[in-house]
Amino acid sequence: MNRTLPFLLTFIVGFTIVIATFSPPLDRLAVDTAVFFSIIAVFAMILGGGNLVKINLVKITRRQRDWQFAIVTLVGFFFVLIIGLFKVGNPGGVTGQVDAPGTPFFDVYTYVFVPVGATMYSLLAFFIASASYRAFRAKNREATILLIAASIIMLGATPFGTMLTAWIPDSLDIFEVPNLHFFLMSSPNLAGQRAIMIGIALGVISYSLRVLLGVERSHIGKDGG
Amino acid sequence: MTTGVIFTLVVIGGALAYFAWRSLRGKEIDRRLIFLVIGATVALPLIFPLEFEHQPSPLVERIYERIEALPPGSQILLSYDFDPGMAPEVQPMADVITRHVLARGHRIAFMSLWATGQAQLNQTLNNVIPVDFPEAEIERDWVNLGFKAGNEGVLRVIASDLPKMFPTDVEGRPTAGMPALEGIRSAGDFDLVISFGGGKPGPREWILFVADPTGVDFAAGTAAVSAPELYPYYPNQMLGLMGGAKGAAEYETAFMGQYEQFADMPSPGRRIMGPLTMAHIVILALIVLGNVIYFRSRRERGTA
Repeated sequence: MNRTLPFLLTFIVGFTIVIATFSPPLDRLAVDTAVFFSIIAVFAMILGGGNLVKINLVKITRRQRDWQFAIVTLVGFFFVLIIGLFKVGNPGGVTGQVDAPGTPFFDVYTYVFVPVGATMYSLLAFFIASASYRAFRAKNREATILLIAASIIMLGATPFGTMLTAWIPDSLDIFEVPNLHFFLMSSPNLAGQRAIMIGIALGVISYSLRVLLGVERSHIGKDGG
Repeated sequence: MTTGVIFTLVVIGGALAYFAWRSLRGKEIDRRLIFLVIGATVALPLIFPLEFEHQPSPLVERIYERIEALPPGSQILLSYDFDPGMAPEVQPMADVITRHVLARGHRIAFMSLWATGQAQLNQTLNNVIPVDFPEAEIERDWVNLGFKAGNEGVLRVIASDLPKMFPTDVEGRPTAGMPALEGIRSAGDFDLVISFGGGKPGPREWILFVADPTGVDFAAGTAAVSAPELYPYYPNQMLGLMGGAKGAAEYETAFMGQYEQFADMPSPGRRIMGPLTMAHIVILALIVLGNVIYFRSRRERGTA
C-alpha cells in the first residue's frame, strides 16, 4: 500500500494534467488540479519549517560541528514566526496586514533580512575578482575564446564599453562593444541556450514518463523502490 | 568632475598601477589586497557618485515604447519574483516601470510568486506610489494581489482563470468588480505582463505557462546573471528585456528624459552603475594582469 497509493496518485494526477493540456474542454480539470497543487504547496512550507527545526535540534543536541549557528537559526526562525503569526506589535491588531510598515515583522524584513541578503550576494564580487585573476587564463584556444567573449560581455554590461568604442565610424559599428555584446548574446549564446533547453526538455519528458508509469520511484522514498 | 570623483579615480588607478608593477615583475597579487581594492572600488563611487551617460538599448527601448503606445487605462500586470539578493539590480526596474505605468494613466495589478517578492512589492507600494502618485487610488488605479504559493501551479491557473487564484486582494477585499481588474478573466487579458526576477519561478516560467499559451505581450526585468538564458525568447515570446543594473539605468534614463516632472526622481539604477562599472574595469584589469603573470611564468619555464 505504501508503494501503490503514491504511484496511483502520481499516475492519475500526472496524466490528468497532460491530457487536459492537450484537450481544451478539459482545461477546467487542469485548473482545479493546479489549485490543489497550490494548496499542497502551502503545506510543504509547514513541512519545510518542521524539517528545519528537526535538523537544527539534532545538530544542537549532538553538539555537531558549528552547532552554535543552529541556535542562531532556530532563534531567528521562531522569532520571525511568532511576530508574523501572532502579529506582535501590529498597529492593526490581529486583523491588520502582517507586513504593514511599522510592524516588527516589516522592520525585521527591511532592516535585517534585506541588508543581510544583499550582503551575501555582494560578497560574490570579491570572490569573482579573486577567481578571475587566478583562474581566467588563456591556457589554450578554448580558454582564449572564452576569455575574449567574457571580456566583451563584461564591457558591454557597462557604459564604459560604449565610451571605449564610440570613436568607431558608423560603417564599422558592428565592432562597437554594445553591438558585439548584443551579437554574442543573441547569436552564439542563443544557439547554446536553445540546445541546452531542448536537451533538458527531452530529458524532462523522458524522466516524467518514467515517474508517471512507475518505472522511476525514487520520489516516493526509500520504500518506493 | 568633483574632488571626490578625482580621489576615487586616483585610488583605483593607483591600485591598478601597483598591481601592474608587481605583475610585470612576475609577482602574484595577494588575495586580501584584491579584496581591499574591490571594496574601495565599490564603496568610493557610492560615497562620491560617479555618473555615466546611458543610451537605452533596443531591448529596453521596446518595453518603454510598448508602455508609451498603450492607450491610457490599459491594464498591466507586474510580478515581483525576486528576493533581497537580487533587489539592488531588479527593484530599480520595478520602481521606474511602476512610475512610468502610472504616469501614462494605466492600471496595475501587482503580484508575486516569491514569498520575499511580497515584501519587495511593498517597497514600491510604500516608497513610490504615495510619494509620486498620491492621487492614485487602490482598487481603481492599482491592486495588490500579493504572494501565492505554488510556483508554476499559480501560473497554470491564472493563465485560464485569474479570479480563481485571486478571489481577494492581499488585504481580503474581493477582486470581483474592482476597476483595476475590469474585464480581466485570465492573465492573457492584460495588455502587458512584466515579470521582475531571475530565479525560479521567474520570467522563464511566465513565458512557458502564461505568455506563450495565451499570447499576451510579455517583458522581463532580470538580474544580469540570468539575462543570457532569456535571449532565446526575444523577440517573439518576450518583447523586451532589462538585464541587470544597466537595464534599469537605461530605462530610468529614457523615462527621466521624457517626463520632466520626474527628472529629479531617485535613480538607483543609474547610481549603482558607477561602482558596477568601476568594479568591472578592475576585474578586467585583474584578468589581464593574471595572464601577464601566466605568460611570463610559461616563458620562464620554457627557457629554463
